[in-house]
Amino acid sequence: MKQAFDISQDYFQLFGLTASFELDVSRLESAFRALQAQVHPDKSAHLPDVEQRLAMQRSTLVNEAYQTLRSSIRRARYILSLHGVDTGEESNTSMPMDFLMEQMEKRETVAEALQSRDLDALEQLESHMKKETRELEAQLAVKIDIEQDYTHAAGLVRKLRFMEKLAEEIHSAFDEIDN
Amino acid sequence: MALLQISEPGLSTAPHQHRLAVGIDLGTTNSLVATVRNGIAVVLNDEHGRAMLPSVVRYLIDGVVVGEVAQLSQSDDPINTIVSVKRFMGRGLADVGDTSRLPYRFVESLPSEASGQGGMLQLRTVAGVKSPVEISAEILKVLRVRAEAALGGDLVGAVITVPAYFDDAQRQATKDAAKLAGINVLRLLNEPTAAAIAYGLDNAAEGVYAVYDLGGGTFDISILRLSRGVFEVLSANGDSALGGDDFDQRIHCWLLEQNGLSALRPQDTRLLLTLARTAKEQLTDHDQARITAVLSTGEIVDNVLTQDEFHSLSHNLIQRTLQIMRRALRDAKMGIEEVKGVVMVGGATRMPQVQYAVGDFFSQPPLTNLDPDKVVALGAAMQANLLAGNRGSDDWLLLDVIPLSLGLETMGGLVEKIIPRNSTIPTARAQEFTTYKDGQTAMSVHVVQGERELVSDCRSLARFELRGIPPMVAGAARIRVTFQVDADGLLNVAAREMASGVEAAIVVKPSYGLSDAEITRMLQDSTQHAQDDMQARALREQQVEANQLLEAVEHALKLDGELLEQGQREQIEMRMIALRDTLQQSDHHLVKRALTALNESTVSFAQSRMDKSVKQVLAGKNISELEVK
Repeated sequence: MKQAFDISQDYFQLFGLTASFELDVSRLESAFRALQAQVHPDKSAHLPDVEQRLAMQRSTLVNEAYQTLRSSIRRARYILSLHGVDTGEESNTSMPMDFLMEQMEKRETVAEALQSRDLDALEQLESHMKKETRELEAQLAVKIDIEQDYTHAAGLVRKLRFMEKLAEEIHSAFDEIDN
Repeated sequence: MALLQISEPGLSTAPHQHRLAVGIDLGTTNSLVATVRNGIAVVLNDEHGRAMLPSVVRYLIDGVVVGEVAQLSQSDDPINTIVSVKRFMGRGLADVGDTSRLPYRFVESLPSEASGQGGMLQLRTVAGVKSPVEISAEILKVLRVRAEAALGGDLVGAVITVPAYFDDAQRQATKDAAKLAGINVLRLLNEPTAAAIAYGLDNAAEGVYAVYDLGGGTFDISILRLSRGVFEVLSANGDSALGGDDFDQRIHCWLLEQNGLSALRPQDTRLLLTLARTAKEQLTDHDQARITAVLSTGEIVDNVLTQDEFHSLSHNLIQRTLQIMRRALRDAKMGIEEVKGVVMVGGATRMPQVQYAVGDFFSQPPLTNLDPDKVVALGAAMQANLLAGNRGSDDWLLLDVIPLSLGLETMGGLVEKIIPRNSTIPTARAQEFTTYKDGQTAMSVHVVQGERELVSDCRSLARFELRGIPPMVAGAARIRVTFQVDADGLLNVAAREMASGVEAAIVVKPSYGLSDAEITRMLQDSTQHAQDDMQARALREQQVEANQLLEAVEHALKLDGELLEQGQREQIEMRMIALRDTLQQSDHHLVKRALTALNESTVSFAQSRMDKSVKQVLAGKNISELEVK
């Protein structure tokens, strides 16, 4: 589906943005809306099937590009891939021991909070997790945008992946308590 | 013929006339049809001036009646008078739960040999076994006839609303019903989104809004951000089996309990349910309601239900809606205080205890200045007008989401999510599979929808057979399967073997839907569309489309002909001549074939023109200057 657009364009170019980890989210949002206003299938619903299919493919690509750039972990992963660096989240499991221990403890805390339906504990964990995520993001901005140290950035992405997992677990714990 | 419009975004160069398009709210309890006239959305009334068509279908030996007339006989002929059929759309018998509370004769359709699961339930009536799709089509036919009479012409198409929380099977069933009713579906639109459009456009609203939509049989919640003509759905959640009907049921159960009744005859069940509904409506502005009835057994029911008692009977139902609201807010990453307004939709939101609970939850009174019964149809009409190509100056854009995650069955009956819920649509995800045996030429993929970890806790959507894989050693084949969710929220699948480039044939076996063959049979059975009629209509439609395409291509060639190579241009011109020839004849198949051929030969032309126009739009502009058209 990508050949529909200029294939040499990366997601940043698609939205007319500079490829950097630091991102002006409001600029991304308005560029996204401007592009969707061009390519969204609703704009060609009265046209023949061929046009509708094309519109769906382009709109899908714009959505994918937007989702990728809007999420910090996906954005980092994408920038690294543009530089030919694989974050190795599946294969590279050599994380610092203390970091792993800490993560295990947090998972246990989520499980305990869920068991005792302790919303306060979950909220506390969540704000902790958000703070740590922000710290990792700040480090990533330095490694990627300033130092161009993509190898160390990949390590930070792997840590961020743990945060993402934890966020998902907290989220579903909230949902479960609500059910 | 898109070629024209593409070069001038938002403008059609053809001097087009107003195309007749409607929005249809196919509700559990009532259905409506609306259109945009002179720039204003209006609901179309029937010949008696009534806007709402009760979604009730009664089958007779020699025909079918729909609406008020059918509703009148629901207690006398409950078995053949189907109410709230929407609750059965895309559902199996097991989904309905306690069937003894309902006065119908259910038929479980045989497990389809492919999916190994029971299909959509059916109902046995005096006119034969009917599927929910056929029953819904009867309602839609009445609305189509109403609209065509009011507007004085054939419809280009309709936007039909569905609960945001409808899954793929329920959406597909709705689309099939429209097809059966002879309606071209421009788009399936989520009900709360439709309401947000109507509210947002009328009030020039900006900011984050929640739509609380409690209908007759479904509950939906959507969180949207409205910003400069863009309606962006941030999250949708709901319960497709929770609605006003459940409040009636609570009263019904209370009546049984109060009178020590059990195992009622169908007509008594229907009678008490109807009285329960009347009492519920009375309690909207009265402190108490008296319910009296004489059952067919001679037993007498005479009870007084107070508002307080009703509130406590329905407390759990309302709490459930608030839980769903909390989840929707969390998914949207929004706090309660960030919500600027709460739009109330659906007749059931008239209940004071609902309004009170929602107001309390958000610490602000909900917005009730819209008619909760009509707002969905009005929003759908606005969207239909836009999709039909009747652009006004107030162009706007809707970005909706898929409400439930899509996943694949993996080893051990676990689900691997491929498209998470609340992804903006259209969206796609490609997944690679490989063979596990030497020479394996086929494999089966099971797609499910839902949030749970186990396949058995999710809804089975379909099984796909990938066939025609070239025989290779185990693990060598790489089959790339693309799951595409379109703007209607419907799933489409395509597969390709990457090493050899062979397209694997896909046989889709919907678990609860109807196969294309079944739809065709129903279409043939349908008496309203005699074969000749359909052919004449098809021919007319093809001719109109052919002329539009010819005109558009001609114009495009004049403007951008230089984008084409000589050979491409010759092919396009040959096919234009061929298409013109078919217009002299009266075979719509011939026209269709020539039309498709011309269309195909212009695909890459259209692409290069679109690329050119996107470049022109973006070229030399600061992105922040790009306003949504």
